[in-house]
Formats: sequence, C-alpha cells, structure tokens
Amino acid sequence: MGMTMAEKIIAAAAGVESTRAGDIETVTLDRLMSNDGTTHLTIDMYNNLKNPHIEDVSKLVWIIDHNIPADSPKTAASHKKMRNFAKEHGIKFYEGEGVCHQIMMENHVRPGELIFGADSHTCAYGALGAFGTGVGCTDYLYAMVTGTSWLLVPETIRFNLKGKLREGVYARDLILTIIGRISANGANYKAMEFVGEGMAGLSMADRISICNLCVEAGAKTALMEVDDVAMAYLKEHGREPKHIFKSDEDAVFSQVYDIDLSEINPIVAKPHFVDNIVDASECQDVKIDEAFLGSCNNGRIEDLRVGASVIKGKHVADGVRFLVVPASRAVYNQALKEGILDTFMEAGAMVMNPNCSVCWGACQGVIGEGETLISTGTRNFKGRAGHKDSFVYLASAATVTASAITGKITTADKVI
Amino acid sequence: MGKIFKFNKDVDTDQIIASQYLLFPTIDEMKAHTFESLNSDFASLVKPGDFVVADENFGCGSSREQAPSVLKALGVKAVIAKSFARIFYRNSINIGMPVIVSKELYDSVSEGDEMELDLKQGIITVGEKTFQCTKLPAKMQEILDQGGLIASLNN
Repeated sequence: MGMTMAEKIIAAAAGVESTRAGDIETVTLDRLMSNDGTTHLTIDMYNNLKNPHIEDVSKLVWIIDHNIPADSPKTAASHKKMRNFAKEHGIKFYEGEGVCHQIMMENHVRPGELIFGADSHTCAYGALGAFGTGVGCTDYLYAMVTGTSWLLVPETIRFNLKGKLREGVYARDLILTIIGRISANGANYKAMEFVGEGMAGLSMADRISICNLCVEAGAKTALMEVDDVAMAYLKEHGREPKHIFKSDEDAVFSQVYDIDLSEINPIVAKPHFVDNIVDASECQDVKIDEAFLGSCNNGRIEDLRVGASVIKGKHVADGVRFLVVPASRAVYNQALKEGILDTFMEAGAMVMNPNCSVCWGACQGVIGEGETLISTGTRNFKGRAGHKDSFVYLASAATVTASAITGKITTADKVI
Repeated sequence: MGKIFKFNKDVDTDQIIASQYLLFPTIDEMKAHTFESLNSDFASLVKPGDFVVADENFGCGSSREQAPSVLKALGVKAVIAKSFARIFYRNSINIGMPVIVSKELYDSVSEGDEMELDLKQGIITVGEKTFQCTKLPAKMQEILDQGGLIASLNN
C-alpha cells in the first residue's frame, strides 16, 4: 500500500521507511517559525527551564509582524524581549519586513520540509510541498530545545481540481467555497491535498492563498505537488528543494473531492464563521464602513494588482476607510515600482506598512461597535477586527476593492 | 464539585482571549478578559474547580496558547466538549489542562449545574446522571500525567 505526501514527509522526518495515518511518530523539525503573537511567553518559559538549551539555532526564524509598529508600551516591552533574545542567541530575526508566512515563503520554505510555526496559518507552506503546521508556544519551546516533536500522522482529504477559474473569480473564492462545503471542522486533524490538471492554471500566489486558509476547515496541514510553477518560484528566490514528494497512486485518502474550477463563483463568507459562505451577489445590500486588502492570505503583488485594476481612476466611497497592506517589503517595493501604490493613494486608500494589520484586529484599522468590514483577511470571527459587536465579511481582493468604491458589498464586474 | 459554564459550537480562540490582550506581558494580566465577547462576566464569576462545557469544534482558529492558558489560570478544571479543534486540544494537554470529549454532556446539562469529574475513570456526574467520556490517547495521557510537556524537559 502506498503513502500520501503527508505520510512521506513525516516518515522522512521520523527516519522511518513508512508510516500510516493514525501512527504517532517522533520527528526532527526542519524549521521553527515564531512571531510576536506568542514569543514573549515562549521566552519566559525558556528562561524558567532547568537547563535552557537551543538544539539548532539555525532552524529558528522569529518575525515581528502582528503588532508592528507597536501600539502600546506593553506591546513594545514584548517586542523588546523578543528582539533582545533573538540577538543574544543569534536567531534569524525579521521586524517590520512583512507577515510571517509571506517572509517564510519568500526566504525559507523548501519542498519536503517539516515546519512548525507558532501560528495557525503555517499550513500555507504546502504551496511549496512542505508540511507546515501550527503549534502553541509549549510545543514550539519543546521543539526549540530538543529539535524534535511528536506528530499524529494525519489522514488526507484529496481535492482533484480540473478546469480554470473564470475571469473575475479567484483562488480565494475557491478555497472559501471548499471550506463552506466541508465546514469549519471538516478537515480537523487531517491534511488537505490539492492535485489535478486544474493546478497548472494557479499561480504561486493562488496556491499560497489556498493552502493558507485550510486551517479554517480545521486542517493540520495543506499540501500541493511541486511542479514547474513551484520550481520557478524557488529558483527566483534562490532556493533548492530538500526533497520532492508526491502521493503514491495506491495511497489511501479518507475522502476525495472533484472540483471543477469553472463552476466557482465570487464568494463572501458572512459573519461570524469562515464556512458561512454565500454567493457575493446575495450580499450586495450590505453597507460597509471599512475595507481591507492585505494579510498572509491575500496581500501579495498579484492581489494588489487586482485591486489596483479595479480602483484605477475611481475613488473610495465617502465615509469608508480602505486599508491596503502589502504582505511584505518585497511586495511593497514591487507595488511601488509598478505605480500600484500611487493608484491606491490617488483613490483615497490608506497604504500601510507590511504587517498583519486588520486581520489581526488589535493594532491597525480596528473597527468600532456596530461597524462592518469587508476583508481579504483570514477570519471573520466575532470581534476579530475590533469591537465584539462588529461584523466581518471575507471576500476576494476584487470584491473587497469594488466594495470600497461603492460603500456596500459589490462584485468587481459592477464597477468596471 | 464545580459549576458548568456552557458555550455553543465553533467557539474560536479569539472568543476565549481576543487579539488585543495577547501581547500583555503575562497570562495573569490577560485572564480578566477571558470569554469577554461571549460572556463578559465569565472571568469574575468562574471559580477554581469550575468547568467549561461546549458543543462541537471548541477552540478552533488561532494557535494562540493563551486560550487554554487563561482558562487554566482562572482555575477551570477541565473543558468538556463534543469535539475540539486540533491545536487547542494539543495546547491544552501540553500545559496540563484536561480536555475531554463527551458527545452527550452538552445536550444534557444546563448553565450553572454542579458537576463532578473523575478524571482517571473518565466519569462525569451531574445530579443523578453519569456520563462516560472518551479516554485520552495514551500519548496525551502520558503528557498530562507528568504535568504537561515542559515538565518532561525539566526531569
């Protein structure tokens, strides 16, 4: 019996020939990412250990991206603790360079790696054929000290993609549709694997967007095969694969879905659950107070280009705030070069520094009581973007930008 | 004996402890804000030894370990749900807070009911009723027994 991609990566990391869903393996991690959401607590726990020790400092990547620039003295103190510790121990450290997952994709992730990230959206790394999974700070600390951890080998749900997304429909509409179909815990404990001829039409930005959101269905990780598109991305960023795995033909999948990309429509996830999806056309009377284009899910140059093409020559609606937040410094600089930031600024948007911004809901662009946000962020949970009695709708970059122009939820075809 | 606090399905970790408190220096400074969006009196009402009882998919969303940590810091003895999201479940065991799966409990009890938990046997008693819970996987039980994952580093 063959193995899935997830089983193969875990077997390699465990140094065993084969493993099966349901087995528990002790694995050696390839990389350990942590951000300012929890690292200050990890450091406190580290300092309380009887024998503090970092097994392999070269595997650690620490990134300040959630509350940057700091919004309060308390945040500044937590950042200082993280900055000083990273410096003292020689940990690779980024601050203000962008959202952690975008930084990891641009600079670190290699196919075949097993990566722990102290952030749930670490599953994004599957876009490069790496097994990324989110952990809390205790798991992180254990892995930092020992270089290892234990993993329950997940079952895999396979998604066979065929066809092409229609014009005006994006990868984000696709993954929201899938989450709506399988529900917020439809992939709990499982890996989600995407294959099929439909993959060829999906850019790296699309693929990251798809894998990144799989945790919203409860997935442990998301995985895609490494093809020419992935190899070109790696080459462009100066890296080589560690190992390229794909599922065997006789591997066992817990479920298999066939998805025709041409049948996907522009989608909105309504408050307060990511799986609460409807066709965007059903929400067009919903008035918005703020729109957000950014995040690890949808803040790449491709997404900014989509937004800019929708808003060029038009203006943000009266009374609406439109925040545009490139996912990294590289994305920001590219957008600057292409004149995209000018387009947004001329249209009345606010272009912010690369960071998690509104998606994190604690630092930048927080919304008030009774207010409504349309967002390319990762989540629409109650209070996610600010006041507990506020409302977040999730949609594609195109729908978010079109909504910023009209002041109510609008698909891009209505404004172009 | 402890009191039951009930929560619906798909309670995400943003509801347990919101983003704006996560960078506070310590768990003790965060805990007053536990469940603020769902039950703003929770932190003042809950007493050590009380229980959180929830529907499906408790603790979904963010990997923030602050979520089980604030519950533990407030003295919550265990969370019993129909099911848990993966990361919350693992984080809870790692910090030594019991998380127990029971498909029946949520639909059979009310907010404020008094409940007793025999963790070793996996038996819950509420009034005249008893409930047998799903046992923890051996690996998880081992971590819990030693007082959490970090304890194993200090042995």
